[in-house]
Parts: sequence; structure tokens; C-alpha cells
Amino acid sequence: MEQILVNGIYLGAQYALIALGLTLIFSLMNVLNFAHGQMYVFGGFVTYTVVVQWELPFIVGLFVSCVTLAVMGALIEKFLFRPVIKKSKREESTMLLAAGIAFFLDAVILLIFGEKQRGVPKIIDGVFNWDWRIVMPYDRILIGVLAIGMIVAFIVFMQYSKSGRAMRALAQDKVAAQLMGVDVDRYSMIGFALGAMLAGGVGGLLVTITGINLGMGGPTSIKAFLMIMIGGAGVISGAIAGGFILGMMESIGLTALSAYGDITYLVIFASLMLFLALRPQGLMGKPWG
Amino acid sequence: MMINAKKIAGLVVFLCILFVAVPSIIAVTGRWDFYYTLTSVALLSIASAGVWLTFYIGRINIGQGAYALAGGYVSAVLVTKMDVNFWFTIPLAGMFCALLSVLIGMPILRLRGVYFAMVTLVLTEVMRLAALALSITNGAKGITSIPLPQELSMFGYTLIPDFGTLENPKLAFYFMAVTLMLICYAVLWRVVNSRLGHLCRSLQQNEELSASIGVNTSYLRVLAYSISSFFGGISGAMFVAISQSVYPSSFQVTDSVNFMLNCFLGGLGYVFGPMLGTLVLYFGWDLLFTAGRYQLLIYSTLLIALILMLPNGILSMGIFNKKDGRS
Repeated sequence: MEQILVNGIYLGAQYALIALGLTLIFSLMNVLNFAHGQMYVFGGFVTYTVVVQWELPFIVGLFVSCVTLAVMGALIEKFLFRPVIKKSKREESTMLLAAGIAFFLDAVILLIFGEKQRGVPKIIDGVFNWDWRIVMPYDRILIGVLAIGMIVAFIVFMQYSKSGRAMRALAQDKVAAQLMGVDVDRYSMIGFALGAMLAGGVGGLLVTITGINLGMGGPTSIKAFLMIMIGGAGVISGAIAGGFILGMMESIGLTALSAYGDITYLVIFASLMLFLALRPQGLMGKPWG
Repeated sequence: MMINAKKIAGLVVFLCILFVAVPSIIAVTGRWDFYYTLTSVALLSIASAGVWLTFYIGRINIGQGAYALAGGYVSAVLVTKMDVNFWFTIPLAGMFCALLSVLIGMPILRLRGVYFAMVTLVLTEVMRLAALALSITNGAKGITSIPLPQELSMFGYTLIPDFGTLENPKLAFYFMAVTLMLICYAVLWRVVNSRLGHLCRSLQQNEELSASIGVNTSYLRVLAYSISSFFGGISGAMFVAISQSVYPSSFQVTDSVNFMLNCFLGGLGYVFGPMLGTLVLYFGWDLLFTAGRYQLLIYSTLLIALILMLPNGILSMGIFNKKDGRS
């Protein structure tokens, strides 16, 4: 039982980080970023390149992947999303763009990094063992702690820094924020960069444990969508809650339902649809986002 | 309804292109593989037409793959296990999907915007996992070696010959798919230019307002969604008949997203937008095959460039957009 809970928290921390980036982008620009999973894969591959091929320490790899993705996110926002949002009649046109970017990143990853599964060797060896009730390799604990640390840093940034406040104001009411002198263009760019950076950060963290391959982008995006639907789209606390809930459900489901075959996700999806029928805006979302 | 000579002329030209020009060009150039491509375009554009109809009531539908998969399985199971004539399974598959969509749609159509989009996306995944888990769908192995469509006769006359005896089933499939596409788009056009279509448009613009003046919005939503799913179901059933096999991965999230992209690319304000969008996307992808490993890169770059230049769809371009551009 304890083992399941610890696994759930560990998974949930990773998931929450992915969902945070997606929900940040959504709340600021009303863009559903289909390319989020691909950004995550890209971050993983950057870390792999830095750590394994250039033989630099892991923390440098993590840093480089965060910076690369942040720059990429800023450029994508400035040169792709901004003009399309200005020109299109219906807001949903950005979905087409996001899907196009997802294809594009897939192609770029395929050409630069190839299609093989890549991984980074363990950062620290050894297994934590508490009386056989909780067995957890040390590197997983480290990654889990790092992920929780990143979540805390993100929340602190959003709560207390000037940029964070500006972004929250934008998410709450765009027009009012604009009237108070918030530069929408600038903070949309910062927000997109931050969201992409989080995706890159998770990629960098997870490459040490699960490894990374080209096909992981799409499924990761779907999981991220699930999480922000559980918690409520565009709400930061909702994304964190959604991440931990999905992590916990996956962890419990894999143990409890293993006798019935591979149906954990079917059960999760089905219960999600029921849940959304009762509460369409998710746990903490505003009605009609 | 105004029927002007220009529209009829356009329709005749379009029919000539589909039924005379394309087969003769293929016969001359010898590119028989184009038949398969064009048949796929025709079938996928039917499913896209369904997605377009849900766009028309103001919902983003990324779940058409689920209904295409369900329709495909219904047809495959009926043909292989119960020996039903294939031609009857098409409407049955459509009806099954329409019923299913009423059940699923009633709760989820209360959702709006991105929420609906994400739920429908998840729905595609649910259907794939259900197909993997159920026993009637034969799990991951899928249903294979489905026989070609049989003869359809009425009062002793052969309406459609047995596809197995034809010397060129590819051509037959092409004609069949194109005919079905024409029927579906005629239905769609009729729906849009009717009282129902006007009501749907009011839903797209402001749901509360139209509800407040007495439009039964929840009924309309479910109706439009079930028509949309009907299209998805028949397109899936046909696709399965052509590939003669169906797997849980026959229609996945990527396909659902593509159906949505087709609508966006063609233009959401135009009935024939999804048809053009499907043609451009699918054919473009096929033509880029020669680019080898750069295929996806070129394709996605072109896609992004197209969105940057024409964010409201190809049909919003000046030349299509004279006075009667909106059909």
C-alpha cells in the first residue's frame, strides 16, 4: 500500500509539471498546445545529447534543455501564434497551428536525434529500502524531489514575482489587465516560454528513468490533456491536482486491475467521462473556462 | 431556394472531373495507385464533413476517429460473423454510430470550447482501448480477410455487381466512394441551407441567446452530433471494406486530429471546405512521399506556412470569395 502511494506521488509530480506548462499556455492565450508532448520529448533528447554525447554533468543537461525549450517557446509564440491569433476569425484556428507545430517538432526530432530509444545512465546508484514496505531507487527519489522543487519554484514565481502577477492577471481578465498597463504581447511570450521550459525540464528529468523516444510525444500530450481536464483548464492549482490524481490513479490501477489485463487507462478514461458529465469544468475550473 | 445556372454548371463540371476526367487521366498516365489515394480522400472527406457539422454548431470535434473505428468494426463483425451483405452494413454502421453518439453526446455536449475538444480527443483513445479489450473485436489481432463487397440485387436486377468478380475492383471502389461522398455532401449542403442549418448557425454564434428565444438547443446539439457521427460511421465501414481488415489502430488520435485539420484547412465557413482540405492534406502527404525522410518536415512546414498565410482556410482566398462564395 505504501509502495503504491509513493509511486503515485512520484508519478504525479512528473505529471503535474507537464500539466502546469500546458495549463499556463492555455490560460494566457486560450491555445491548446498540441505540441506539448513533442516539446517534452525534445527536452529529453537535449538532455541526452548534453549528458551522454558531450559528457557534461546531468544538471548542466537539465539546464540546457530548459533554456533551449524556453527560447523555442518564445520564438514559436512570437512568430507563429501571435500573427495567427491576430488574423484569424475564429480562435480555434490556433489548434491547426499547434497540430502543425507538433508535426514539425516530430520531424525535427526525427532528423536531429533519430528514432532510437535513448536514455541517460543512472545519476546515483543504490536503492532505498524501508523494511520492504517501500522500495525505491535513489535516482527516482532524487527526480521526484527535483520535480516537486520545480513545482514549488513555479508557484512561488507565479505568486510573488512581478511577471507572475502580470500573467495571473492576464489569465483572469485580459482586458482589465491590459487597462492596468500589462503588456499582453510581452507576457504571452514569457508565459509560452515558461510553459515550454517546464515541458523541457520534465523531459530532462524523465530521460534518466524511462528514457525517451520519438513516439512518446502524442501519448504525453493526451495525458496532459487528461490532467488539466480533471483539475480544470487554465487553473494552476487544478493542473497540480490533476497531475497528482492521474499519477495516483495510474499507480493504483496498475496494481489493482493487473488481474484483468491492460485496462487501467480504459477505466481511467471512462471514469473521467462520467466525472466530466457531472462536473464539466473539472475540479477547480471556472465554468466554461 | 435559388438555383442559378452558374452553380449547376459548376456541379456538372465537378461531376465530369470526378467520373470522366480522373479515370481517363489515370488510364493515360498509368498511375493506378492514385485510385487508392483518391478513394481514401473521398472516404476521409466524408468523415471530415461530419466534423465540419459539429464545427457548425460551435463545437471542436476531435473524436471522429472513434466513430470511424466503431463503424468499421460494426461492418466487419456483421460481414464476417453474421454473413450480412456488405451494402446493408453501411447504413447499419452509420445508425449504430448515430445511436452511440446520442448516448455519449447527451452528457458531453454540455461541455464547450476546449473542454469538448479534449473530451472528444480522449473518446478516440477510449474507443481504441475498448476495441483492444473486447472479445467481439478480436483484440489487437483485429479482424482480417474480410471478403470483398458482394452483389446487391433488387427484384432480380443486379444493382451493384460482386466486387470479387470484377477485373478492376480499384476502379469500382473509386466510383463507389466518390458517389457516397457526393451523396453525403449533398445531404450536408441541404442540412446547412435549411431551417435546421439556420438554427445551427444561431447555436454557433450564441447559445444562450438562441435558447432564450425558444430554440431547443440541447436537442439540436445532439441531432447535429449524431448526423456527424453517422458520417463517421459510414466512412469507417467503407474504409474497412477497401482495406479488407480492421485493427484497433485503424483509426487513432492522429486520424481524429487530421479530420479536424481538414476542416480548418478548407475553411470552416464553407460546406465544401472539408472536401478540399482533405484533398490538399492527404494528396500533399502522398506526393511528398518522394522526399523520403524529409517528408514530414516539408509537409509540416508547408502546413504551418499555409496557416500563417490563410488562417481562415483555403476557401477564404480571394478568388473563391466573390459574392456567392459562401454556399
